[in-house]
Amino acid sequence: MERRTIFGGWLLPAALVLPQLLLTGFFFLWPAGQAMWSSTQRADPFGLSSTFVGLENFAELFADPLYLDSALRTVVFCACVAALSMGTALFLAVFADRELRGRGVYRTLLIWPYAVAPAVAAVLWILILHPSIGLLGRWLNRNGIAWDYKLNGSQAMAVVILASAWKQVSYNFIFFLAGLQSIPKAVVEAARMDGAKGWRRFRTITFPLLAPTTFFLLVVNLVYAAFDTFGTIEALTKGGPGKATETLVVKVYRDGIVNLDLGSSAAQSVVLMAGVIVLTAVQFRFLGRRTVS
Amino acid sequence: MNGRTDWTGHGVMLLGVALFAFPVWLVFAASTQSTEAIARGEISLLPDLAGLGVYPAVLTEGSGYRGSNPVWRMLGISFAMALCIAVGKITISLLSAYAVAFFRFPFRMAAFWTIFITLMLPVEVRIIPTYAVMADFGLINTFTGLTLPLIASATATLLFRQVFLAVPDELVEAARMDGAGPWRFLKDILIPVSATNIAALFVITFVYGWNQYLWPLLVAADPRLEPIVIGIVKMIGQESQTEWNRVMATAVLALLPPVAVVVLMQRWFVSGLTEGEK
Repeated sequence: MERRTIFGGWLLPAALVLPQLLLTGFFFLWPAGQAMWSSTQRADPFGLSSTFVGLENFAELFADPLYLDSALRTVVFCACVAALSMGTALFLAVFADRELRGRGVYRTLLIWPYAVAPAVAAVLWILILHPSIGLLGRWLNRNGIAWDYKLNGSQAMAVVILASAWKQVSYNFIFFLAGLQSIPKAVVEAARMDGAKGWRRFRTITFPLLAPTTFFLLVVNLVYAAFDTFGTIEALTKGGPGKATETLVVKVYRDGIVNLDLGSSAAQSVVLMAGVIVLTAVQFRFLGRRTVS
Repeated sequence: MNGRTDWTGHGVMLLGVALFAFPVWLVFAASTQSTEAIARGEISLLPDLAGLGVYPAVLTEGSGYRGSNPVWRMLGISFAMALCIAVGKITISLLSAYAVAFFRFPFRMAAFWTIFITLMLPVEVRIIPTYAVMADFGLINTFTGLTLPLIASATATLLFRQVFLAVPDELVEAARMDGAGPWRFLKDILIPVSATNIAALFVITFVYGWNQYLWPLLVAADPRLEPIVIGIVKMIGQESQTEWNRVMATAVLALLPPVAVVVLMQRWFVSGLTEGEK
């Protein structure tokens, strides 16, 4: 949509966009360009000079089983987090949409976790899942189930999925509830008259009408799980045991900041950028200009 | 329905409420108990009121190790950081959206797309090069470095642009008839019209700023600049000697301010979040 402009001149508008453009240029475009440039470079062992190696860093990356493992792990992790948090949120939203007394209070009590930092969510879950101090962890161990996410890789994965999904339920809940409330009552009423009962009505009427919301949330949740869970993973497992919970973002951080393998880390950054670009493009292609931070 | 109480509905709602409230209650209860009891796994679900003294203790001493930061300081950093990011993001996005929506100037669309691209470049994908740029500017371990790069926001700019494009033509026309200049138009018409969106964005960006983890980890190695989210993860670092009650008290303090902002501004927050598309 284009609006008829109402003010002339170019100095004022230029000054108005300048702060945003400067920040974007210095802290987004320049570093992104640097990442692309250094992904084609290789430093000598002393870090004194670097040579142009073309796409070799990428070739190495995709030939590296550790990297491919991490990529696969990230996909599994993201899918589980998205499914768990969206499923729970949709279930809660369907009931919150009913005519309940005190539903305003319920709603408030269901949306506040939006504000909890991913790293703080991890600390909350320690008291439940930690093998020796966590309520559930201790209970499992007492009942003969060896539970220790510091040693067992799949248990570690389950723990980071749980803590990450928990934090995201509120966000999804807000959107599912808004989506449900925007479904015309007449449609649901008509289905009721036709004799469609609870589950069937949900499956054939409500869920299809929610499809745009669901799809939007799917993209948002995948991005959240891929990028915003760094704090959760660092606080709970630091990517371990071994590499059991090392997602791509954790790996970029390890390789770049901790192990100082700049060429590979830059190549990994570029791959991640491509991932975000694809997700954003898909979202805009199918949903128009709907954007939320 | 039909005046009968919907027990299933209430049951599910209470279950959901418990799913979120229980972990926090547990952490609060644990914070008031002795660290030995927690380490043995003997956490009572009832808080021990005598143990509330842990709150003043962490506020003034932090984790209790030598040289550890007092939590009040971390809270101060987090608060300043969240506030600067929220106010900064809203201000520069409002201005740039105003320029893009109401002015015609060379490279207008180029400017818009440049801003738009930042959507696709979250910090996490450009860790190393951004760090290098920060070092070149001498911004490592400065409060400016902690906040300034997070202030650019395509999301807020896009949102404001949408809101501005939806301003009725009659209103714009009336302002023009009154001879309102660009500043008066912004101040008297656009800002009041988008007040709800500004409030919602404030909540979203404040929470975003408060919850940052990776960025401060990179840029603020100096403990004096530690926000509370970093501080608490450091506290659980050495598990054998962790003072659990202090960690839990810090967790409670870390989640209260952003939760308070969301709950107090809930009405604007929810509508602003979901009305992205108009």
